[in-house]
Amino acid sequence: MKKLYGFILLLVLALVLAACSSDSSGDSGDSDSGESESAGKKVEIFSWWTGAGEEDGLLALIDLFEEKHPDIEIENAAVAGGAGTNAKAVLATRMQGDDPPSTFQVHGGDELNEGWVAADKMEPLNDFYEENGWMDKFPEELIDLVSKDGNIYSVPVDIHRGNVIFYNMKVFEENGIEVPTTFDEFFAAADKLKEAGVTPLALGDKEAWTATQIFENVLLGVLGPDDYKKLFEGEIGFDDERVKEAAEKFGKMLDYINEDHASRNWQDSAQLVANGEAAMLNMGDWAKGYFSNDLELETNKDFGYFEFPATDGSFAIITDTFGLPKGIENPDDVKEFLKVLGSVEGQDAFNPLKGSIPARVDADKSKYDEYGQETMEDFKGARLVPSLAHGSAASEGFLTKANQAVNIFVTQRDVDTFIKALQNAAPEM
Amino acid sequence: MAENIQTKHKKRFTKDQWTAVAFLIPSIILILVFVYGFIGWTGYVSLSNWNTLVPDFSFAGLKNYIYLFNDFRFQADLRNTLFFTILFIGLVIVMGMGLAILIDQKLKGESIFRNIFLFPMALSFIVTGVVWQWLLNPSTGFNQFLSVFGIEPKWYTDTNILAGFEWGSIEFGLPVAIIAVVIAAVWQMTGFSLAMYLAGLRGIPDELREAARMDGASEFQVYRKVVLPMLLPITMSVVIIMAHISLKIFDLIYAMTGSGANFVTDVPGVYMFETTFRGNYYANGAAIAIIMLLLVAVFIVPYLWNSRKGDN
Repeated sequence: MKKLYGFILLLVLALVLAACSSDSSGDSGDSDSGESESAGKKVEIFSWWTGAGEEDGLLALIDLFEEKHPDIEIENAAVAGGAGTNAKAVLATRMQGDDPPSTFQVHGGDELNEGWVAADKMEPLNDFYEENGWMDKFPEELIDLVSKDGNIYSVPVDIHRGNVIFYNMKVFEENGIEVPTTFDEFFAAADKLKEAGVTPLALGDKEAWTATQIFENVLLGVLGPDDYKKLFEGEIGFDDERVKEAAEKFGKMLDYINEDHASRNWQDSAQLVANGEAAMLNMGDWAKGYFSNDLELETNKDFGYFEFPATDGSFAIITDTFGLPKGIENPDDVKEFLKVLGSVEGQDAFNPLKGSIPARVDADKSKYDEYGQETMEDFKGARLVPSLAHGSAASEGFLTKANQAVNIFVTQRDVDTFIKALQNAAPEM
Repeated sequence: MAENIQTKHKKRFTKDQWTAVAFLIPSIILILVFVYGFIGWTGYVSLSNWNTLVPDFSFAGLKNYIYLFNDFRFQADLRNTLFFTILFIGLVIVMGMGLAILIDQKLKGESIFRNIFLFPMALSFIVTGVVWQWLLNPSTGFNQFLSVFGIEPKWYTDTNILAGFEWGSIEFGLPVAIIAVVIAAVWQMTGFSLAMYLAGLRGIPDELREAARMDGASEFQVYRKVVLPMLLPITMSVVIIMAHISLKIFDLIYAMTGSGANFVTDVPGVYMFETTFRGNYYANGAAIAIIMLLLVAVFIVPYLWNSRKGDN
């Protein structure tokens, strides 16, 4: 009898232990995977680069690094799906559980500064920048975007532009339309297209950020780069007359969109432009890769591009950056990776494949296509302004609420409610 | 055994019962910690100020709840959930029961029919969502066919609210777009209620129906007066199971429509995910989770109470 109770007790203990140990092996499974001796010689790169071009770019970057540092092992910890939202959810859990990846993808701007830096989870990289002589290799406004209170916190690897309109050249030609540079010209062109039975502006706002992107570009056009920045720094309120004017213009633009916008994502809306049902699309320039690689259209023949009306000379910037989280075991190895990431060689290995342009100003132009070269030229001369829709201009908290306000505005078109919602969210910028 | 009966009022466990308890303890501990413990934790977070990436557990009272009930999106979510639940449960019951009665007519090839209707249940809501997103897309899918007759419903992109009136900050009424989602959900879950009703019908002895017929009841009366009342327990179970699916629905909406223009197809589950993991509003997200739990409890608790009484 006693023996039996003892046996049962043992069984219970064994079960509990098994549950615990499988837990802990799951934890360390990430870092040992075979030889636990090499702990400290492993760099885990956390990103959401799993799509066609971007994954190729990341793998090219990893190859380059392994060539230079065969002794350091790289682990590609990419999380797929949701344009990064799944990855961000995983990242938040890991960071709060004090289990940070060695380095992770984060958009430069408030997603970094008001997120992980404000949470005191990042190491400053000022000395690292000085050591590598990078201070004048990246544009000053870009370094500002990855800095908080004078400290630099991450290394930008690529640049995308948000204030671009892609258009179907054939549709423009058939209707005798010139590229519009002001809002008035834009609306005149849109009227003409509408009369001809073409949807002037394609939108796929199944996810609200695509509409938010249009709104931020209208804001940029109306306010200009300086006041646009001030707006998101809280120096200009959302009750400013010009913000209201921008909201009205945004609403007017929405009069020209396709009716089924809520059922489309951005790729679906790009297809409308590709097949000539719609004329124009405002999208970050990753759409260029979609047009030329996926839809096999020819740049400057089938589709063209121009700056969003009234934003010539400004560059709405979306940049992927990598930083150094606090509390990792081998910061020196991670710095080696960041060094490759920030080098001309690294950036030129990554960006042509991803279809972005390098963050450095001294990269090799010949490696980029026509659009890339032109954009690199603009990037050097233009004013760089952070994008709201991609988490650079304001915190994720504000962005979530702004997206909600935009979603409601697209249907209701109530300027006052819209402005009020933005104003209410403003303290969370 | 004999010894046990004699000392019944002492209620000592037998050896077998001890073994069973020993095997239950680990899972009870795990459930206590990982289910009830975390429900408690979520409740605690929902009363805190943790609405950024930096955890802040200072007491906020009901601030997060008050915010939600004043929020346009959350009010829309509650409206959508209400109408989705009513339509979804109603249609699943009516169609499941109707199909079960038809199949129960001793048809030839009955199992083929049964399997055809059961099959959608084998799919995940994500698959259903993606497929119906295409079928009910206003510019592809069914509309290609319907446009021949000049009808082009806007399905889930329709932003109209039927019989709407101002209520709080939203327009209260039936969102047309939610009907498209209901169609997809009903398509998937009808097979389940059909299977349950079929089992229920098989449990009704033929003698009862025969007796009713002998007494001169018409076939309609047989169903109305004999079969339906006997299916009541099945209906209760179907309502409970469907209610907890519809109140917590996330995957179908997420894959099929997203939040929808003007939040016409948004539900608390989607809002909870977005506000927590995109906006970092952890306390708000926790508050939504607690409200969802309470909504489900409204259905589940009376059911558990009832079945507990049945045990005694």
